[in-house]
Amino acid sequence: MNGELGFGALAFVLVGFPALRVVSSRDLVRAVLWLAVTLLGTAVLYALLSAPFLAGVQVLTYVGGVVTLMVFGVMVTRKHAGNTVPVEAANRLRGALAALGFFAALAWAILRTDLSGFPPVSTPSTQELAQALLDRYLLPFEVASVLLLAAIVSAVVLARRRDPAPDPASPVERRGLGEGSTP
Amino acid sequence: MTLRALLLVATALFSVGIYGLLTRRQAVALLLSIEVMANAANLVFVAFARYGGAPGHPLVLFALAVTVAEVAVGLALVLLLYRRHGDTLLELASEAKG
Repeated sequence: MNGELGFGALAFVLVGFPALRVVSSRDLVRAVLWLAVTLLGTAVLYALLSAPFLAGVQVLTYVGGVVTLMVFGVMVTRKHAGNTVPVEAANRLRGALAALGFFAALAWAILRTDLSGFPPVSTPSTQELAQALLDRYLLPFEVASVLLLAAIVSAVVLARRRDPAPDPASPVERRGLGEGSTP
Repeated sequence: MTLRALLLVATALFSVGIYGLLTRRQAVALLLSIEVMANAANLVFVAFARYGGAPGHPLVLFALAVTVAEVAVGLALVLLLYRRHGDTLLELASEAKG
């Protein structure tokens, strides 16, 4: 019981509090940085669950790639330095109620399920993981690479598309379509 | 550190993501909330790989690839929204309806 309490405190410090800051920070750049802390905390939990390779991948792709992309996204699209996000109080209450209801339902289900049929086992090593990826999971592996290619191409197409119907009311319409963009 | 505690932590993370999804109005903030939720799901995969020996590790790797793809396309859409309207509030995207 004491160990569970200690783990709860550790998990709160590693992922719980940063995640709460992600959804409550008014400054979007701070929210993104708190997301990086959340993802790093999750990487620590992966390492504790004897999944060191996944912890490394998490740091490399999530913290290194996704968060960088997010920071760019926020920086490029924010209007001015103090760009805060207004949240209506009623909206906030409704969101909290929905989230708490979801948590209560799932926690109730978890607490009354007998989990004794899941003993700790040894996890696959990095070598075994690589063999599984290139043997048993070869088709999903290739499909994932095609998915990534499609995502990259579509992101480039979307981000560089010239707007067919420019809105004269908005002054930022043509910004970002600098020289070098193809018609 | 037990399976039960891990599942509860993942559930809490997912709930925090739901809260963010329901209260935020900015498109990038919604993407952040979705990241938190995907992270919680991945945590459950890894937990069940440690307890019970489910093949969770390859699944997490594929989930990572899907998340990265989602973020790339999502940010491109946010950029498009910003270029059209000068802001990234989500209700500006209501013209995409129908």
